[in-house]
Amino acid sequence: MKRRDFVGLTSLAAGALFLPSFPSLAGEPVELARLFDPVMDAAINKRLADAALNAAKSAGASYADVRIGRYLNQALFTREKQVQNIANTESYGAGVRVIANGTWGFAATNNVSEAGLAKAAQLAVQIAKANAKAQKEPVKLAPQKGYGEVSWKAPIQQNAFEVPIAQKVDLLLAANAKAMENGASFVNSALFQVNEQKYFASTDGSYIDQDIHRIWPTFGITVVDRSTGKFRTRQALSASMGLGYEYLTPKAQDKIAGPAGSDVIGYKNSYDILEDAALAAKQTKQKLTAKSVTPGKYDLVLDPHHLGLTIHESVGHPLELDRVLGYEANFAGTSFATLDWKKQGKPYGSKLVNIVADKRQPGSLGAVGYDDEGVQTKEWDLIKDGKLVDYQKIRDQAHIVGQNESDGCCYAQSWQDVQFQRMPNVSLRPGAQKLSVDDMVKNVEKGIYIAGNGSFSIDQQRYNFQFGGQVFYAIENGKITGMLEDVAYQANTLEFWNSCAATCDQSDYRLVGFFNDGKGQPSQSSAVSHGSATTRFNGVNVINTARKI
Amino acid sequence: MAILSRDEAQSILKKVLSFTTADECEATLNGTNGGNIRTARNTVSTAGAVDNISLAVEARFGKRSGVATCNQFDDATLRRCVQRAEEVARLAPESPEYVPLLGAQQYLTAPSFAQSTAGITPDYRASQALAGIKLCDQKKLSSASFLEDESGFIAKRNNKGLEAYQQFTNLDFSVTVRTPDGLGSGYAAGDFTDISKFDAGRMTQIAADKAAASVGAKAIEPGKYTVILEPAALVSNTDASLLGALMNAFDARNADEGRSFLSKKGGGNKKGEKLFDERVTIYSDPTSADIPGLVFAGDGRPRQKTTWIEKGVVKNLYSSRFWAQKAGIPDIPGPSGFIMAGGTASTADLIKSTQKGILVTRLWYIRPVDPQTLLYTGLTRDGTFYIENGKIKHPVKNFRFNESPIIMLNNLEAIGRPVRLGGNFVPPLKIRDFTFTSLSDAV
Repeated sequence: MKRRDFVGLTSLAAGALFLPSFPSLAGEPVELARLFDPVMDAAINKRLADAALNAAKSAGASYADVRIGRYLNQALFTREKQVQNIANTESYGAGVRVIANGTWGFAATNNVSEAGLAKAAQLAVQIAKANAKAQKEPVKLAPQKGYGEVSWKAPIQQNAFEVPIAQKVDLLLAANAKAMENGASFVNSALFQVNEQKYFASTDGSYIDQDIHRIWPTFGITVVDRSTGKFRTRQALSASMGLGYEYLTPKAQDKIAGPAGSDVIGYKNSYDILEDAALAAKQTKQKLTAKSVTPGKYDLVLDPHHLGLTIHESVGHPLELDRVLGYEANFAGTSFATLDWKKQGKPYGSKLVNIVADKRQPGSLGAVGYDDEGVQTKEWDLIKDGKLVDYQKIRDQAHIVGQNESDGCCYAQSWQDVQFQRMPNVSLRPGAQKLSVDDMVKNVEKGIYIAGNGSFSIDQQRYNFQFGGQVFYAIENGKITGMLEDVAYQANTLEFWNSCAATCDQSDYRLVGFFNDGKGQPSQSSAVSHGSATTRFNGVNVINTARKI
Repeated sequence: MAILSRDEAQSILKKVLSFTTADECEATLNGTNGGNIRTARNTVSTAGAVDNISLAVEARFGKRSGVATCNQFDDATLRRCVQRAEEVARLAPESPEYVPLLGAQQYLTAPSFAQSTAGITPDYRASQALAGIKLCDQKKLSSASFLEDESGFIAKRNNKGLEAYQQFTNLDFSVTVRTPDGLGSGYAAGDFTDISKFDAGRMTQIAADKAAASVGAKAIEPGKYTVILEPAALVSNTDASLLGALMNAFDARNADEGRSFLSKKGGGNKKGEKLFDERVTIYSDPTSADIPGLVFAGDGRPRQKTTWIEKGVVKNLYSSRFWAQKAGIPDIPGPSGFIMAGGTASTADLIKSTQKGILVTRLWYIRPVDPQTLLYTGLTRDGTFYIENGKIKHPVKNFRFNESPIIMLNNLEAIGRPVRLGGNFVPPLKIRDFTFTSLSDAV
């Protein structure tokens, strides 16, 4: 029994099951005004950080870093015509990480004073020294120059926390109304907003002040047919983004239509929640009477909202170096893409597969100026012309693959968690040749167009996966011929990426994001985006998921 | 500070309530003290400690409600916390699902606290971690493990007369052992209220034996097989699970609204219908010595022994207080863990009685495919073996499954002896016609 079991199953929690994913809010609930209190001041933070770094060095640390963090969250939940909950949370404190006797130690405190931070630093050194007894190899850090006093701010246009709650609630309720007008039986909608105010300092001589924003509007629609007892659902085709409230002001140039014959609309850097809610309700009604898929081999045309999750699971995770080395063996698992496998030089995908890791792309969830161990961020290739060329790594891992530079992808979900290697944005580069989504469909004899990400599952070494989606359309002889249901595809990662036959150009490229990628024990959540253009994969195994109970 | 006695906690709560001018006010104190240690590649990777206490105050004016929290307990802070909750309540919209706070309640007593677990030290955690590391070093195997413990309390009080308090302790442990060539992998996991029943070395030995035995797996065709699902293939403390998914679907409102496998064609729900094999009985009991639970829910409702499925028949659904009143149904809170009634047969006995089948140690990455039928997909992991004529013949490659717990509990062949895992108490099950849809190369 744990404290989490205490939480009762309220109508909110039950309704939230119909949202794509229900993020847990870190931090303590606070009243709204608290979110605007100025707490983080760089000059004060520098003094506090120095207290921690000096205390760590005095206690015997050979390296130390400190992260002073203020994490603000606001979440609004509605269903049909009513507001269910408005939660404002704040978490403020500092974490100190040290190396002593060649071993990591970490301690965190919510007592953000010089004395409090010095005490945490001393405790971190004590823990490092205690754990050194079980250490087999001393920690070896890639060299890192100090940047002095620097800062980075997410390039947002409108801070979502400054938008009146009434305005945000009205938008969600208007989306619910659109859904109900168009035939939804039920609709749950939510808006999540995150602001990370982070100050990092290390004994390398960096003092880094950063301000990061994320936003995620979403909904889940259910249509029930009482006469047959059937129900179907469809979730929003929004992306969670590293943007401000401007994401919710729709712009015509950000709307990308699916192939002719489908009524799918995808969204780039802004989102039309009213339009999507209306479309979703219509599509959910169609799903109730759509043809059940015949299992077999199909050419799949996958939209970026869908493909992002496939990239996340089958490329992003297997190329995390800590997984590859066995550090996640007891939880998330290991990876087929071992150092030996990479040496063999076998193709990961077809020559069209160029996958890039990145921590800088504007509007993405992963974008920061510097990571949580003070490394300036960058972009680098993971898969080039179908060949695996690199992994994702941080300072204490670079030497293992013969490199002397971190990739800048170290992250902790809050001040009280220790930072470790997390997935950067991992994206499929769009094709160089000019190809539209209709071009993807026109050469397909027997295929399925899938939009939106749905059910997902992959094994602990990332070979075998199964994905669903939100809406499915049959393609016959180069044309969309109608909606399908009960579709999921199963593939092996390498076979799948080697079946990549064509990808649209830059004009179709867009991001999809995930707010709550889990990893580590105790588990930590991280937000990450994946970009791609609509892409075709030939001859993929599709199963029928309908069952009689 | 983190663990307060009943008197200490209630005295803070009484003071909090004395500061309110709201129509209704409820205060909840939560405190935990605990730590963790993680290992990988036969060495300690991280270790940490957590000590936290917080107060939440809910104030209500009519149908408007506001919440505020604090983690300091001087009079000025407590007074400010109450005032903030009241300010938020005055600004909040009226809730159409308002129900008044509960008055005084009678609660059961659960054996949920063990002093042995509350007294865990960093040295204890390190010694348990090192026991597993040492064993795997000797056997030239590679282990990765995680131990997490907590002791804590929850106290509630409101101005309608409700008063509640409970202490609890818990330790979760899991270990994965792999062979150095990466061809074998084994797993063991468990959770405990009292650590006198816990031995990391013994659990690591089970995982090590499974790792060694799973080397040299042969591929067999996917399809429908008789399977013996060990408890880690039925429930989990880290992932979704087939039985967990089934119990999560017992919400009355979703069933009544037509969006659950328990919804009835034409309206209403399937309470009272026989949906599973008659040997299936699932209940919850917070006073169970095997898996003690919290005796009150988040809204203060008492948790009693409740039967969810009896001899295959759906007996009860849980609901919010609002929905219970609106629908005129019994007002039953969800469980804090469940018990599936079992027999006395061990997993070894189930293997002996199996002519052809597959032993599954663990299922993993379990995700919903179709909420209408509760179809789930996922994969076998960390020890999958072919059984012939009552004996394990050889390890087999892992499979992906697509299966519904509803179908699974209709295809029941045999039930074993329950064990505690993931906050539940469940037996190994022998199931016929379990659907494997593809092979996985993962070890």
